[in-house]
Amino acid sequence: MPTEIDRDGLRRMVEADAQLVEVLPAEEYAEDHLPGAISLPLRHIDAEASKVLDKTRPVIVYCWDIA
Amino acid sequence: MSPRAAWRLESLGFTEVYDYTLGKLDWLAAGLPTEGTNANRPRAGSLARKDVPTCGLDERLVAVRDRAHSRGWDAAVVVNAERVVFGLLRAKELAGDGERLISDAMRPGPSTFRPYVLADEMAHIMVDHNLESSPITTSDGRLVGLMLQKDVDKVETKSA
Repeated sequence: MPTEIDRDGLRRMVEADAQLVEVLPAEEYAEDHLPGAISLPLRHIDAEASKVLDKTRPVIVYCWDIA
Repeated sequence: MSPRAAWRLESLGFTEVYDYTLGKLDWLAAGLPTEGTNANRPRAGSLARKDVPTCGLDERLVAVRDRAHSRGWDAAVVVNAERVVFGLLRAKELAGDGERLISDAMRPGPSTFRPYVLADEMAHIMVDHNLESSPITTSDGRLVGLMLQKDVDKVETKSA
């Protein structure tokens, strides 16, 4: 079960080498994304997650807000 | 969207998946830096005047007016001890009867904007709604500063 984290938790995890992933459409990523995040839109996860992410490291996903 | 992504990653064999559920909105609202094409564009949070005078609900208008004018201001923001915005005093309200309490003299519940709003978007909003000034607050209502229309107009002129 995925674990919810807040902003401070995210910063600690990223410092500890977690992979940060924005799952919004690529156009939104291009305008603004969190420092160091990579773009992996929700619709591309099935096809690309295993290619662009390391399964041995933690992954943090985010979108725009809680909705 | 991110919960679905997180669950899908787990189903694909990722064993340590976290969801920053408050998302990019929370990050931007905190005024934190971003990367991307908008990263270096001016935003409300950086343009807002942080030195705007503030006052409490129980003060008399004359005292607040004197304080604001002595610092070259024709506006003040009404806040509580936590700097949560309750009201706004623009030039019109400041010019009222000096004996009135701020709670009676202020414009209550002014529209506020978040620090991440781009300056050119702020300019359009302020012109369209004829706002000479607008408080910029965090998402939990705390004052960041006061945005003046003349400041965003300068940015618009530069980028035009």
